[in-house]
Amino acid sequence: MKRKNVCSLVLAAAMMATLAGCGSGGASSAAAASSGSASGSAAASADPIKIGGIGPITGSAAVYGIATRNGAQVAVDEINAMGGMQFELNFQDDEADAEKGVNAYHTLQDWGMQIVYGCTTTGSCVNVAAETNADRYFQLTPSASSTDVTAGKDNVFQVCFTDPGQGTTAADYVAEQGLAKKVAVLYNNGDAYSTGIATAFAAEAAAKGLEVVSNTTFPDDTNTDFSVQLSDAKNNGAELVFMPIYYTPASLVLNQAKSMDYSPIFFGGDGMDGILAMEGFDTSLAEGLMLMTPFNASDAGAADFVAKYEAAYGETPNQFAADGYDCIYAIYAACEKAGITADMSHEDVCEAMIAAFTSSDFSVDGLTGKGMTWGTNGEVSKAPMVVKVENGAYSTM
Amino acid sequence: MEKLKRMAPSTRSSFITYGMVIVAYAVMEALLSGGLLKSSLKGLLVPICAYVVMAVSLNLTVGIMGELSLGHAGFMSVGAFTAVIAAAALESTVTSGPVRLAVSMAIGGVAAGLVSLIVVVPVLRLQGDYLAIVTLAFGEIIKNIINCVYVGLDGEGFHFGMKDAASLGLAADGKMLLQGPMGAVGIQKLSSFTAGFLLILLTLAVALNFIHSRAGRAVMALRDNRIAAESVGISPSRYKMMAFVTSAVLAGLAGGLYAMNFSSILAKKFDFNTSILILVFVVLGGMGNIRGSVIAAAALTVLPELLRDFSDYRMLVYAIVLILVMLFTNNPACKTVFARFKLGSPAKKEAV
Amino acid sequence: MTILSNLISGISLGSIYAIIALGYTMVYGIAKMLNFAHGDVIMVGGYLCFCTTSYLGWHPLPAVLLAIVGCTVLGIVVERLAYKPLRSAPSLAVLITAIGVSYFLQNAALLLWGSDPKVFPAFFSFSGQSGVALLGGQLNITYVAMITVTVCLVIMLALTTFTGHTKMGKAMRAVSEDKGAAQLMGIDVNFTISMTFAIGSGLAAIAGVLLCSTYPTLMPTTGSMPGIKAFTAAVFGGIGSTPGALLGGLLLGVIQIFAQAYVSTQLSDAIVFAVLIVVLLVKPTGLLGRQVREKV
Repeated sequence: MKRKNVCSLVLAAAMMATLAGCGSGGASSAAAASSGSASGSAAASADPIKIGGIGPITGSAAVYGIATRNGAQVAVDEINAMGGMQFELNFQDDEADAEKGVNAYHTLQDWGMQIVYGCTTTGSCVNVAAETNADRYFQLTPSASSTDVTAGKDNVFQVCFTDPGQGTTAADYVAEQGLAKKVAVLYNNGDAYSTGIATAFAAEAAAKGLEVVSNTTFPDDTNTDFSVQLSDAKNNGAELVFMPIYYTPASLVLNQAKSMDYSPIFFGGDGMDGILAMEGFDTSLAEGLMLMTPFNASDAGAADFVAKYEAAYGETPNQFAADGYDCIYAIYAACEKAGITADMSHEDVCEAMIAAFTSSDFSVDGLTGKGMTWGTNGEVSKAPMVVKVENGAYSTM
Repeated sequence: MEKLKRMAPSTRSSFITYGMVIVAYAVMEALLSGGLLKSSLKGLLVPICAYVVMAVSLNLTVGIMGELSLGHAGFMSVGAFTAVIAAAALESTVTSGPVRLAVSMAIGGVAAGLVSLIVVVPVLRLQGDYLAIVTLAFGEIIKNIINCVYVGLDGEGFHFGMKDAASLGLAADGKMLLQGPMGAVGIQKLSSFTAGFLLILLTLAVALNFIHSRAGRAVMALRDNRIAAESVGISPSRYKMMAFVTSAVLAGLAGGLYAMNFSSILAKKFDFNTSILILVFVVLGGMGNIRGSVIAAAALTVLPELLRDFSDYRMLVYAIVLILVMLFTNNPACKTVFARFKLGSPAKKEAV
Repeated sequence: MTILSNLISGISLGSIYAIIALGYTMVYGIAKMLNFAHGDVIMVGGYLCFCTTSYLGWHPLPAVLLAIVGCTVLGIVVERLAYKPLRSAPSLAVLITAIGVSYFLQNAALLLWGSDPKVFPAFFSFSGQSGVALLGGQLNITYVAMITVTVCLVIMLALTTFTGHTKMGKAMRAVSEDKGAAQLMGIDVNFTISMTFAIGSGLAAIAGVLLCSTYPTLMPTTGSMPGIKAFTAAVFGGIGSTPGALLGGLLLGVIQIFAQAYVSTQLSDAIVFAVLIVVLLVKPTGLLGRQVREKV
């Protein structure tokens, strides 16, 4: 019995030592790991400015996090190759989970991050934004589009459209172009992004005299069977189905709509971008699909980025990657304007960057929009773009 | 005298558990005040406390009562959302942060306890994997329902709805507390490491006293041999209900602590995977072994963060570590070693 | 007419659950363990089939066979490395190991095949049609649904015959009844359990191909939710019972579709699980489960 006690005390002590140990020993290893992902190969005379990225690298949302990471990395490599200002990107996994997002943020703090790039997903971003706001870090997110991300936080900015903004714009577009009188809304009611757009769309559609004849949802984790939702839209005579959902379930919706001979206009949000690039996807299913996306990979302006991205990662970039690329260039432009150097504290960087972003003459020409400007509320203002799938490729409307 | 002698080992063991937690707290506090703690670990302190409480409370169901529960995160969810709403409602009346935290956590705990009274009906009727699936089902139902609920607060009081925020008809000064899948946002960060530490002490006191009480012995007797226990007059429903509801209340408290450490929480956080994660803590720490649960919960919460150096391979390494640990702790040769630590191996053979 | 068409959707969804549940229930019945990695073996089967047909241009038939062989081997390897050393350990220890295996397979697939969803090729479309239209297009039955239901029935009959009439099957039933006694009768318990895993994993490959043919997106997490739903279905029907898995799966699918169609799409999951709880309260061992009488 005595030995048992001693052993458990020793074990407890050992655990304490490990915990305390990771306090002191973590820094060097984190830096070592990050040097793999960052490219400091260009003749860097100056120390790089440390950008900490957060997004899902594992789990079911990994595809979006990896795209934002890769897109940003392409931009960082380009900027570093130009000489002059140098960046180092350390991208940490948050599994699209709020708790893990905050953990990733703290890890990056230990690494000495000066600017936060992320998070990819809204749920995680809202939490990290609260932390960065309290700790004074400048934060720019590529794709967390809820208004909760920026609400009440002067240091957080978005490159993507907000959810309500997107829903409202979509409804206005449908009404103005006279695409349909009777519309159906199909969304993921387990997802903040999808629900946010759908709610705003339904409200604006009603205001613009469109009739929402069917309003159906599916849960986040059972997103494979849409027969009931599609039948409802079909039986109520919807001429247009608005579905602000990600492209993975959307491909199933299109597939099932075809097998039940239902062919309304399908209209999606920016999460739909990437559907044509899915490996093995029959693009004829998406013929006539309309979506609001800020990025068209077949645009001439994007050719250079697309070529570099394809060479590095073997796939066509989608708007998540383009948003990430634009984020880094927006940070770059603001850093130039504010005269940020690698030896500045994150508090100083934060104040200088906020001033740069909100100043009236600051605008960024990116892949996802020309002349992007930001207000003090952190939301981006850029022209929305609607594309239609014709002959298996986007054509800008 | 005779009785005292017999009680002594368990009392001593309890004191070691308390001592371990207190020492851990003291060391962490010392490091914190000395500024020696990395922020990555500092950020983990409150979640660790919440998971420790979850693990200990689940151990009451799985280890002591011997019934597999796959929906423990559901109670955490009820506690979390109730506490968040309560904290927002009390904002003007209770000005002191710690008091408001305590009160709203308590409300969360009571809410989880009330929900568990519904779940307890099948718990008393079903056994084994059938019970496991019912707890899983309850966890999913809770998640699904919270995902559809909208709660707002304005001068006239609470507004509830199932459709969307606009349909609640909030006054202009109203505030949305819970917005379905968008979750609860704008939560005030009230939780602290000290609050978490106190909650762990409370949980340990409740759990250890329960185990060593008449009721606890009755529950364990039912676990080891139900028929024999019933034949000597132990009522299964009464004691099982006690253990189950206690476990749910503690989970609700942990949920409150967890939620108020973040500025927003989503219903989908408390899903099947979270329930499983907590079950992993319990099994790894040893079924029925409270101290083991505490250590396993803390260690396994820190582990994925320590593995960040592996970058893309992080979760793969985590899975391998998990499998290897299970293999080693159950290996007959290693078992004797681990038995000395009272880790990994359950105190008693499971009842079949 | 909508009722009929919803019923058909429900059956086709349910037959997918059923075919996964068959593998679940088989392993549970003999090894008495909840193999939470079953859903991920399904995902691996889907990927194997996808890779051989899309990258190597194989005909679907050998591709499916290769997927079955691949999954069987995977099942045996996993069983040998992760589950066999725990034969005498408490059942919850094995459960946690299975969860570890599930994490492992998911993350290995993520690294191996990437996170971007793949679209599974349409095997079951003939002359450009994916199904037959009845009653002037009001009813649509897809070929893949017909095939799934048929395969489901065939597998169920084959399993019942196998466990009922072959020597190996009898050994399995004996092991399921009483491991110790079976060993005394000269049955190689370890081999029997390994065989069960082999068969279960082979069935998972078939389930994977059918799952991906019905809902043609393939991701590393494709198997996890259907796995949980199928586990629910297996318990619903009475875990360990082969016809029960089929019945449970079909009912689960039909209830889910009807709840979506006639009650609420938002609360459909809650309704499905509520029905499950009510059924279990009335029949505590599932619909076709055996009532085990406890001996004192």
